Amino acid sequence: MSDRVISIIFFVLIIALTLGITAWASRQNKSTSDHYVAGGGIKGWQNGLAISGDYLSAASFLGIAGAISLTGFSGFYLSIGFLVAYLVVLLLVAEPLRNLGKYTFADMLASRFNKPSVRSAAALSTIAISMFYMIAQLNGAGALIELLLGLDYVLSVIIIGILMTVYIVAGGMVATTWIQIVKAGLLIAGTLTLSLFVLAQPSIGFNPVNLFNEVSSQIGSDMVKPPPPTDLVAGLDVISLNIALVLGTAGLPHILIRFLTVPDAKTARSSIITATWIIGLFYLLTPVLGYGAALFVGQDAIAQQNPAGNTAAPQLAEALGGPIFFAFISAVAFATIVAVVAGLVVAASSAFAHDFYSNVIRHGNASEQEQFRAARFTAVGISVAAILLAIPAQNLNVAFLVALAFAVAASANVPVILLTIFWRRFNTTGAVTGILVGLISCVVLIILSPNVMTGPNPEPPLTPIIPIDPIFPFVYPALFSVPLGFLGCYLGTLLGGRGAEREREQGLQTDYDEIYVRSITGISSIEQELEESAPAEEPRTT
Amino acid sequence: MERHEEWVRVERTSAFRELTQKRKAFILPATIFFFVFYFGLPFLTAFTTVLDVNVIGAINLAWIYAFAQFAMTWILMHLYVSRANGWDDLVDRARHEAAEAGSAGGTGGSE
Repeated sequence: MSDRVISIIFFVLIIALTLGITAWASRQNKSTSDHYVAGGGIKGWQNGLAISGDYLSAASFLGIAGAISLTGFSGFYLSIGFLVAYLVVLLLVAEPLRNLGKYTFADMLASRFNKPSVRSAAALSTIAISMFYMIAQLNGAGALIELLLGLDYVLSVIIIGILMTVYIVAGGMVATTWIQIVKAGLLIAGTLTLSLFVLAQPSIGFNPVNLFNEVSSQIGSDMVKPPPPTDLVAGLDVISLNIALVLGTAGLPHILIRFLTVPDAKTARSSIITATWIIGLFYLLTPVLGYGAALFVGQDAIAQQNPAGNTAAPQLAEALGGPIFFAFISAVAFATIVAVVAGLVVAASSAFAHDFYSNVIRHGNASEQEQFRAARFTAVGISVAAILLAIPAQNLNVAFLVALAFAVAASANVPVILLTIFWRRFNTTGAVTGILVGLISCVVLIILSPNVMTGPNPEPPLTPIIPIDPIFPFVYPALFSVPLGFLGCYLGTLLGGRGAEREREQGLQTDYDEIYVRSITGISSIEQELEESAPAEEPRTT
Repeated sequence: MERHEEWVRVERTSAFRELTQKRKAFILPATIFFFVFYFGLPFLTAFTTVLDVNVIGAINLAWIYAFAQFAMTWILMHLYVSRANGWDDLVDRARHEAAEAGSAGGTGGSE
């Protein structure tokens, strides 16, 4: 009983802390630009911390540690993929996005394609990805609160839903950014301490090699070796998972939106450096947490508490650090989930309010105030929708939903983003078909896969969802849906009837020369820029 | 059409050409390299057992390869950023050159 009291006290403290920051920040949240992208004035290191905060979700902290504790090496693919993905972001996407976009990633597409259908498709995929991601987070939070406070799953989900709605509606992007920073700090401190607890055990003696040796001798060498090759489908599934992981990040709207909160490309780069170091060091510690939990909690105890291993990290904290440390780690996990959900709601509400309401429904005539109000109303609406969807999703696996979000992002957004930047002949029809083909094929393949078509008697911990044998044998769809997304872009462009050149003449598409120069240099208004840098003694005649 | 000409003018400056050339010379090989290096690990573990050899205690080649991916990410990231920060001067030069070319074209009566 006293353990529960301690966890409640720590919970209240951390929630009070984040709410306090929100209240402080909300006084500075005055305009639409502040709400969406914190006025574009966030510093590089702050933004880097915020990216880490947005990125290190329940799937990273609870999911990967749990996966490594139960399955060993294959759980580490998630850590590697989530990190290497930042090279795709840094080398190919971040700077052009910063240079072309304004509030959302759809702005970047719209900077080239001047048609409402492109914005609508982008808003649709943003909302779909955010929603999958959000359901996963709420689902994880529900399981955690259920474990900690003994509250009912549905009640837990509703509490978190209300908290995150307060954050967004009151604080907007400024508050969300600060919550991410505080949460990233808490998460790093918690993970480091927990890892030190593991390494300080007498059998490990601060030598990580001993950790691997102990796991190999006490649990079995299969826990340290990669799973042995079986059939072609299983092998290709591993590749498919890795495609989604490495490409998905470059299409995640709530991460992309972070590059619009900084003033220039240089700051975007420095924020990626900070983020990549924090995220990388965090993922480097995931084997310590996972193997530590396998050794000092025991695989049976982990699987008994949660069949997917989602509570391995908090259980490890309890086993090594006692009830107070357990409460602290659980509270960190809770703050993590709320912060990630907050970031997702901002991305999804921006997509709806800015891309759909303001630019499609109101044809760009909505005032700042109307947009701001629409964004807040949407934030409430999206939160309610996510809560409602998370309740029946109780029996879905958290990692499955996150992997789905990554696969959808990789299939629907990444081809269009890359081709908008790099392909001269790309046209409006291609962009719309690309997003829709990627989105729909990915979701359909997931529905036909063993994740959803579980058959009547799936292996535990899975519960039957659609009691039919799977039509599509792969667990992860990206191997097929990402090429389909690119193919959709290509065929749409060919079959669209109008070439890029004709679209440009009709005012449907911005000149690619302009997009090309802007994406590389960040020059946004050419007349003004040239005017300013023109030699003073030769005033231009135009 | 006038607007189009102005962007093309930036594209034609020697500074902009130098910038795109330098970007391409780094980004293209770097991207190919990290994709090959990244997918090497899942390919080798999913279809072969060559990485199962223990290297240090129970730590096998697969884990060493996995940790090398972290090192690769950090090294490539710093290589890119240190280069890209140097390229920012080229952007300013491209701006100046385009403005000069524009004013020269203007006095030549082409408008």
